[in-house]
Amino acid sequence: MNRKTAGLYIHVPFCRRKCPYCDFFSIPELTLLPAWLQAVCREAKYYQGKFKCFNTVYFGGGTPSLLSPSNLDFLLENLRRIFLITPEAEITLEMNPEDVSREKLRKLQGLGINRISLGLQSLDDEALTFLGRRHTAFQAEKALGQALEAGFSSVSVDLIYGLPGQKKQRWEKVLSRVAASRPHHVSCYLLTIKEGTFFARKILNGQPPLFWEKVQRDLFLFTSRWWKNQGYLHYEVSNFAVSSKHRCAHNLKYWQRQPYLGLGPSAHSFSQNKRWWNVSSVKEYCRLVSSGFHPVAERERLEPAQEKLETLFLGLRTADGVSLALFSNLPEDKKTLLEKQGLVKTRDDRLFCTEQGFLFTDALPLWLTGDFPLKVVAKGR
Amino acid sequence: MASEHIRNFSIIAHIDHGKSTLADRLIQQVGLVSARDFREQLLDTMEIERERGITIKSQTVNLPYRTADGHLLELNLIDTPGHVDFSYEVSRALACCEGVLLVIDASQGVQAQTLACLYRAMEHDLAIIPVINKIDLPTANIERTKEQIEQELALESGRALLCSAKETIGINEIFQAIIQRIPPPSGSPDKPLTALIFDAQHDPFRGVIVSVRVFDGEVRAGDEIMLMSTGKVHLVEEVGIFRLKRESRPVLSSGSVGYIIAGLKEVSETRIGDTITQAHQPAPVPLPGFREMKPVVFCSLYPVSSEDYPALADALAKYVLNDAAFVYQKESSAALGQGFRCGFLGLLHLEVVQERLQREYNQSIILTVPSVRYRFLLQDGSSVLVDNPSHYPDPAKIKQVEEPYVRLTVFTPERYLGAVIKLCLERRAVELKHNFLRPGQREIFCQLPLAEVIFDFHDRLKSITQGYGSFDYELSDSRLAEVVKLDVLVNGERVDALSIIVHRQNAYRRAVKICEKLKQEIPRHQFPVVIQAAIGSRVIARSHIPAFRKDVTAKCYGGDVTRKRKLLEKQKEGKKKMKMVGSVMIPQKAFVAAMKIEE
Repeated sequence: MNRKTAGLYIHVPFCRRKCPYCDFFSIPELTLLPAWLQAVCREAKYYQGKFKCFNTVYFGGGTPSLLSPSNLDFLLENLRRIFLITPEAEITLEMNPEDVSREKLRKLQGLGINRISLGLQSLDDEALTFLGRRHTAFQAEKALGQALEAGFSSVSVDLIYGLPGQKKQRWEKVLSRVAASRPHHVSCYLLTIKEGTFFARKILNGQPPLFWEKVQRDLFLFTSRWWKNQGYLHYEVSNFAVSSKHRCAHNLKYWQRQPYLGLGPSAHSFSQNKRWWNVSSVKEYCRLVSSGFHPVAERERLEPAQEKLETLFLGLRTADGVSLALFSNLPEDKKTLLEKQGLVKTRDDRLFCTEQGFLFTDALPLWLTGDFPLKVVAKGR
Repeated sequence: MASEHIRNFSIIAHIDHGKSTLADRLIQQVGLVSARDFREQLLDTMEIERERGITIKSQTVNLPYRTADGHLLELNLIDTPGHVDFSYEVSRALACCEGVLLVIDASQGVQAQTLACLYRAMEHDLAIIPVINKIDLPTANIERTKEQIEQELALESGRALLCSAKETIGINEIFQAIIQRIPPPSGSPDKPLTALIFDAQHDPFRGVIVSVRVFDGEVRAGDEIMLMSTGKVHLVEEVGIFRLKRESRPVLSSGSVGYIIAGLKEVSETRIGDTITQAHQPAPVPLPGFREMKPVVFCSLYPVSSEDYPALADALAKYVLNDAAFVYQKESSAALGQGFRCGFLGLLHLEVVQERLQREYNQSIILTVPSVRYRFLLQDGSSVLVDNPSHYPDPAKIKQVEEPYVRLTVFTPERYLGAVIKLCLERRAVELKHNFLRPGQREIFCQLPLAEVIFDFHDRLKSITQGYGSFDYELSDSRLAEVVKLDVLVNGERVDALSIIVHRQNAYRRAVKICEKLKQEIPRHQFPVVIQAAIGSRVIARSHIPAFRKDVTAKCYGGDVTRKRKLLEKQKEGKKKMKMVGSVMIPQKAFVAAMKIEE
């Protein structure tokens, strides 16, 4: 079915404890780990022949660095037996700084893991406390140094910014300290406050959302320009890479709508026009798989119009943008209007967002399809 | 049946004093329905009536009652609508009776509509049987209620009956009183036919079922009858009486209450209060009291999605079959597209129509702000009636304007007197008087523009009196008014559906409120949105919706794609429920909110 370019995702649903901003699925309960290991391998077997060959593998979570090197060895060995994982495949492990040690890194390299994504989140102790992380800035910086020294093909750093009250200077300090180590890849996520969450009540607390929006907007543009000045590519809304070959090959598959197989509870898979995802209970997942059932919670088959919409909103998140051929009848005036406002550019039959445009990637698909009204607005508002 | 064995009566009461429950109990008592099949408030057949606990469409039932000495009597219970909007329908129903049960809640005592009901019954010279209901309630105060009956209603409290319809207490005594205290109908079967139409309902299989009270003469299947207001002749297919279902009878003769089916297609072909007579031997004069029902409150209905216009047209055509008081005609709006201008008997009538369209016909509709009908006298001496802001005449040509007034009666506990007077004065009340009714209770009379009553007067009164205040009104006359047309502009474009005709003194307050409301309801756009309220070219209020500065989700990986796509699809779908004014999307609920502005 998908012989060449599929990506393999393994969801590690365990954490020491939940972070207050995170909405990924995980449980602070390690006793189920052995059962989960067995189940993932058994689930993989089912897809033998359906997915043959992967050139990216990504251990995400949760906290994948809770897995011991021998756990990972067991998994990778099984996966390699079931599927063809190409020799040059990008194999990523997400790690928390507190799990990093020279010895462990060496062992991971021995397993063929060649990309580390470090959940630094910040290098500011105050911000780390606010985010409920277990590590300190010192630990984080040390872990980053060790990962880079170890000689992985790519080391990536996750950062969260736009925290309440966070001043530009303070954020810039974090950026400078990270940049000093020259990681190959950086993900900078604006803190998203979902309505109704504990965070929303704590932070927005009477503060006008408009003000918040303006602060975040300024920080976003600042961050984009800052990394560009450092020579990094702003290749996706929240992602930066020192060169195009250091872009995350696995994540690009999501935005380019290439096939991927997700193993483990709550993992999503996609192939051609089908998407399906697993139950998000570890117990239920293990129970279903061990009794020979599919752990799939839901499936969907996409209509052509839905595929088009996905291509549009996913593509617009990346610097590559989307093919102009995607719009059978994109009104010229709409395009010009967005260009005039500095939100999009076109080049070589592709339409892509500027850094300003990245700020509106949720609304742009509807503006471009004519579903939402557009107007000229004075710049700098 | 000979007329001496017939009694025609109605139950009248202030809202919620237990009229429908008592009716149910009477029906149950004569064995028309077993306790097992019994649904609460049988006569309220419409879902909305059941839900709101009020009777809108009157229903009639013939109760066969056998006396202790073995005589069979027919007691016709003519149910009446319980709201001020339907006072004409009530008066026609009462014209069919010889007596009434005046129900008073033992804990609430005499209320505004108790008095209004009593006056109506007295106008028709009916035998009045006061019934003190809900005596089982812990808060019941029978002695005080009796005092009120003596003092405020000037009735003999000694003749008042005590009952609890809910607990089936005192029901037999009520039957005895109906038989002994309400006179049998007079009239003669030998005179030319006169039958009063007091209701009409549409049946999908039989056409219009006309409810009548026969005063003189007889009517049977095969007769040719004439509707005296129009002169139209119809062939009678069937006559009969109402039990819980229709039961056909060979004849309806003087004194009887029942139905006639005569091939009429729409209820609008019949007029409540009209007289039916025999075509070949007509009565010399119709029965008195006939009046055309005139709508007094007007507003426009638009489909939320313009592609639903044909469906709405169809739903209205079906609805009007059963509601002769509702009138409508096509209209179009720049903001809302194709729709209808509709006339109603009052605000409750409007709400009922709206809810029924939404519920029974599954129509999503937008309503514009209700208006009364103004008479504009122009400089050239001509005059025009305007009930729609979009037909507002050129202000330069207006000489003067008249608006309809009502006589308003409010009942309130004394402690709220100040607040009620303040409310009335805010609503431009004139000739305001108040009476001391009994310790702690006041009665306020005034003349008030109808426009002020239809604009959330009921809600405001209930709120300032904590639910204790009640009111009743009837149209009185027309008076000079100083009105202006208030327009709403969104980014400079006038939204015709939001225009209102408002008294000059209220214009500013309304303008500010409407701008605030719309600011809350209109979503943020890519560009700023300015909302203005203006009289002519003069802007008197303004609000501003800033553009959004950022709209992006930080993370979008494999597990987020479906959720994100569904969100976009939902937004696209939601846009269908919005109306575009220029390039601004205005959601349906903004129109609804603009209509319901609390002070």
